[in-house]
Amino acid sequence: MAPRTTGELAACVRGLTRAFDNDRRVLDDLDLDIEPGEFIAMLGVSGTGKSTLLRALAGLDPDVTGELDVPGTVAVAFQEPRLLPWRKVLANVTLGLRVPDPDAVARQALAEVGLAHKANAWPLTLSGGEAQRAALARALVRDPDLLLLDEPFSALDALTRITMHDLVLTLWQRHRPAVLLVTHDVDEALQLADRILVLADGHIAASLPVEASRPRDRDNPALIELRHLLLAELGVTKEGQS
Amino acid sequence: MSETTQSTAFARPSAPVASARPGPAKAGPAKAGPAKAGSARRRYRNHWWYRLISPIALVLIWQLVSSAGVVSAQKLPPPTTVWRTAVNLVTQNSPAYGTLQGAMLVSLQRMAIGFGVGAAAAIVFALIAGLSRLGENAVDPPLQILRTLPLFGLVPVFIVWFGIGELPKTILIALGAGIPLYLNMFAGIRSVDAKLVEAAQTLKLSRTELIRHVILPGALPQTLVGLRQSLGLAWLALVVAEQVNANAGLGFMISQATQFLNLNVILVALAVYALLGLITDAIVRLLERKALAWRRGLLES
Repeated sequence: MAPRTTGELAACVRGLTRAFDNDRRVLDDLDLDIEPGEFIAMLGVSGTGKSTLLRALAGLDPDVTGELDVPGTVAVAFQEPRLLPWRKVLANVTLGLRVPDPDAVARQALAEVGLAHKANAWPLTLSGGEAQRAALARALVRDPDLLLLDEPFSALDALTRITMHDLVLTLWQRHRPAVLLVTHDVDEALQLADRILVLADGHIAASLPVEASRPRDRDNPALIELRHLLLAELGVTKEGQS
Repeated sequence: MSETTQSTAFARPSAPVASARPGPAKAGPAKAGPAKAGSARRRYRNHWWYRLISPIALVLIWQLVSSAGVVSAQKLPPPTTVWRTAVNLVTQNSPAYGTLQGAMLVSLQRMAIGFGVGAAAAIVFALIAGLSRLGENAVDPPLQILRTLPLFGLVPVFIVWFGIGELPKTILIALGAGIPLYLNMFAGIRSVDAKLVEAAQTLKLSRTELIRHVILPGALPQTLVGLRQSLGLAWLALVVAEQVNANAGLGFMISQATQFLNLNVILVALAVYALLGLITDAIVRLLERKALAWRRGLLES
């Protein structure tokens, strides 16, 4: 499927600032454009405001100042699945879904994430990976123009995480939303993104395109070089290594 | 099967490491032979009727103590006598006591009206206070004050204000039912996971949908705890209210029996109170099982 919005950005941010009580600015005059259909990964050490930016884009933070223009529909998947435990999986996916036949659409989405057989399960009976896939289905079923992923794989075990990476890529290639993935994991960013942002001191400190074609080989020299660059940006490279 | 072999395979290399350290080496060997440990320990098989054994034994002891004359029948009539009294009260309409079922109906009706009024008010107030800060500031302080007043200490005040008819009784029961329900439902609404609310906001739920699908179901477990407390206190309030110049009902039966020093009738009426309390508690348990089915999933997995 081609990107549905042509010419219009999925998100346009100008001078975004978020100050907390003690006048500490977590976001400080931040500019960001997200192209339609673009897969962006955002890295940054803890406390640099990655989640703050994501929450602002999701419309969850009324206290940001600056320009924030997100014209299309937005969907979010959080670090925890945040399914309503008192609604079956299917009813979680259909929640707030305003289409003619929500159940059928939701079943389709569950099938896409490989959870068709769990439509009638209670969320508390799902494994971590299953719950996170249900959360993905709930986000995707809204057919978003911008999909915000807030460290959605960080609580999963390493093997499940690899499966989830493949799943997210497949779904992104099929539906082509713009994606903003917040992550701590440099390798995850390198595996998935078209462009990697490093957030530091409240603004975008680096924006590096990843040109390697997918599926990506970890040993790809271009990726290894990028990895060194990113680690240096994040301030974790040891002396003499790069 | 494959899981067990795998786990022992993983456990083995760690064993020498563990024994090298002096302290926590015990865990290793115990895990190595779980089958032996399992068969050696005799497992306690539970049945639901096991819970009946101790109450039945108590009644039997009561019967033996009374019929053996250890305690005089005046002070403690044996269960058989109490049972005969109950049968008589059901089958015969005595001038002093009326019938047991008649008295029970009157009491039940009082309870139903008082509880209904109290619970309805509690739910409305909990919604007002729980869903907005303004509502909380308006509603919560007076209700917190009311909660600290000793409920049964209000009886004389109610008599002065409302006389000795049905009204003070209804109000007392309504307060008994309403206060725990309000407190728990309010707390339940406020303790709904903010992360779920946030997720629901990203799903573009309207305020009504948010309340209906997220906040109320999230508050339900705590509300049901409140419902059970509220039923308990409402029954208590009924008993107290009926001591105040009732001319019908179980409480009236008890005060009549007190005048005639008829312990049999008092015990029968008390047993009926207890039975009604048990029944309403069972209804709430059933409600919990139905409404909180999603939690059972947690236990089964």
